[in-house]
Amino acid sequence: MKRKVFAYPYIVWMILFIVIPMFFIIYYAVNVGGEFTLAKFWETLKDGAKWHVLWLSVVMAFKTTVICLLLGYPIAYILSNMKKSVAGFISVLFFVPMWMNFVLRTYAWHAILEYLLPGVGDFLGLEGSVLMVLVYDFLPFMIMPLYNTLSKLDKSLLEASRDLGANSFTTFTRVVLPLSVPGIVSGITMVFIPAITAFTVPALIGNGKYHLYGNEIELAFKTLSSQGDYAVGSTLSIILLISVLVSTLIMNHFDKDQQTGGQMW
Amino acid sequence: MKKIFAFATALLMLASLAACTAGGSEDADYSFADGDQYDQIGGVLNILNWGEYIDPELITIFEEETGVKVNYVEMTSNEEMLIKLRASDCVYDMCFPSDYIIEQLIADDMLLPLDYDKIPNAKNISQRMLDVTNGFDPGNKYSLPYMWGTVGILYNTKMVDEEVTSWDILWNEKYAGQIWQYDSVRDAIAVSLLRLGYDINTRNEDEVNQAKDELIKQIPLLKGLGTDDIRTSMKNNKAALAVIYSGDAFDAASENEDLAYVVPQEGSNVWFDNVVIPKTAKNVEAALAFINFINDANLAARNTEYIYYSTPNQGALDILGEDFTDNEIFNPSDEVLARCNVFHDLGEFVSVFNNAWSEFHSAMGN
Repeated sequence: MKRKVFAYPYIVWMILFIVIPMFFIIYYAVNVGGEFTLAKFWETLKDGAKWHVLWLSVVMAFKTTVICLLLGYPIAYILSNMKKSVAGFISVLFFVPMWMNFVLRTYAWHAILEYLLPGVGDFLGLEGSVLMVLVYDFLPFMIMPLYNTLSKLDKSLLEASRDLGANSFTTFTRVVLPLSVPGIVSGITMVFIPAITAFTVPALIGNGKYHLYGNEIELAFKTLSSQGDYAVGSTLSIILLISVLVSTLIMNHFDKDQQTGGQMW
Repeated sequence: MKKIFAFATALLMLASLAACTAGGSEDADYSFADGDQYDQIGGVLNILNWGEYIDPELITIFEEETGVKVNYVEMTSNEEMLIKLRASDCVYDMCFPSDYIIEQLIADDMLLPLDYDKIPNAKNISQRMLDVTNGFDPGNKYSLPYMWGTVGILYNTKMVDEEVTSWDILWNEKYAGQIWQYDSVRDAIAVSLLRLGYDINTRNEDEVNQAKDELIKQIPLLKGLGTDDIRTSMKNNKAALAVIYSGDAFDAASENEDLAYVVPQEGSNVWFDNVVIPKTAKNVEAALAFINFINDANLAARNTEYIYYSTPNQGALDILGEDFTDNEIFNPSDEVLARCNVFHDLGEFVSVFNNAWSEFHSAMGN
C-alpha cells in the first residue's frame, strides 16, 4: 500500500501540466473575447480546408512511419543478432544524436541541404527533403522498441522452428515476425503520433511550403490572436488531440490482440 | 595522466587567449555627438525588439552609462509583439512595432505619450521621415522612428536577364521554383494587391479575395515562404527573385554584386519601426533615456552600420556619408517614396485578410 505514495508526484505533475492545460484549450475553444460561444468552434470544425491540411499531415506521417519501419526493422534485427557488447555500442551510436536538441538537429539538416551542392541551388522546400529529415528524426524511436523486443526473443523458439524443418525465411515470417508485433506496434505509435504533429521540420526544411497541421495551429494563433481570437487555434488543437487519441487507442487494440495471441501459443 | 594534464593546460590557455581577444573588441571607444551625460538610473529595462535589430554593444554602453540592467527579448512578428503587449503580465518597458500596429496600439490607448523634454536627441530625426510617420501617429506623440525601409524585389541579374519593373515578374513561369514570397500576411497580400492595381489598405473584400486567388496561383512557382532566410538564400545565389525588405536587400546586395533591388512601378509599402513605451512600462525613466541614447548621431550611425536598415536619423546619415546616402536601396529618392504607402490599421476588417491568408496556406499542399 505504501508504494502508492510514490505515484502522487506523478499525479500532481499530470494534473498541472496535462489536465489543466487541456481544460484551457477547451475553455479557449468556446470563448471568444470573454463570451461563451460555440460559433467559432463549429465554424472551424466545418472548414474543409483545415481537414485537408490534417489529411496531408496524416499522409506525411504515414509515409514517415512506413519508411522508418522498412529501415528500422532490418537494423534492429541485425543488432539483435550481434554480440551484446557490439550491439550495445552500435545502438548508442544511433541514440547519440538524440541527446542533441531536436530543433538544432533540424537546423543542421537545413545547412546540409542548403550547401550540399554549391552553385546548383539547394534541396530545401522539397517534399523529399521534408520526408527525409522526418525519417532521420524519428528513426531511433522505431529502432528502440523493435530492438528491445527482438533481443528478448527466446532463441530456443528459433531452434525449434529449424528442428521442425522450417528454413530461415519461414522461421522469420512464422516465428520472428509474429513475435515482434508488439515492438512494431509501439514503434509505429512512437513514430506516427509525433510525425502527425511535426511542426519544426516542415517549417524549416520545407521553406514554409509544406504546411502541415502543426503549422496550421501556429498560423491560427499567430494571426488570429492579435484579434483576441484563440478559438480557432484551440479547436484545431482539440481535433489534433482527438486524432492522436484515436490512433493510440487503435494501436493499443492491436497490441493487446497480439499479446494474448502470443500467450496462447 | 601527465599528457592529459598538459593537454588540459593547453586548452585552458587557448580559451583564456580567446577570452582576451574577445574582451578587447568589446572595449569599444565611443563618444556622444552632443557630449551627453547620463544619470545613474538603475533598475531593469525590458526591451522587446526584432532579432538582430540593435548593435549589442550599444546595450553594453547603455548599461555602463546608466547602471540599468537591460533585458533584451526578441520577437519575430508584429502580431507576436501585440500578443505579448496585451498579456496581463506584460513586463516590457519599450518595444519597436511597425506603423499599422502603432496605429492600433494608439487606438487601444495602450501607449504612453513620449516626454520629448527627456529626448533632446529627437531633433536628429529628419523632417522628411516625421512627415510620413505623422500619417499613423499624428504629431509623433507616441512614437519616434527607429528604422525604416521599403518593400521591393531583390533579383539576381545573372538569372534574370530582363529589366524588373513590375510585381508581375513574380508570377512569370520562367522563374518557377526560384521565387521567394514573404511570409507575412500584410506584406504578401500587399504585393498581390499592388499587382492588381489595388490599394494596400483596401477594405474591399472582393479585392482581398482576388489578391488571395492570385497568391494561390503563385504557389507552384515559389521556392518558399520566408523571412530572414530569404537574405541568405539570395546572397548564395540559391534563388532568382524575392520579395524583400530594403534593409535585407541592402545587406545582401553589398555582399553579392549580382543582386539588384527595385521598388516596382505599381508602388509599394514604406514601413517604419518606431520606438514606443507601453502604458504598463515600469521603468519609464530608463526607457526615455534609452530612446535618447539610441538617437545620438554617433551611436545611431554605428547602429545603422550594424543593422543595415535605413535610419531616419539625419545626424547619423551625415556621419555615414555618401556610401550610404547615395545608395538608392538605403536612401530612396523622393520619387520612389511618393509611390509608396504606409500600412494602416484595418480594424475589424483585418479578419478578412487573416482568413485569406489562412486559405492561402491551406492551399499549399494541393
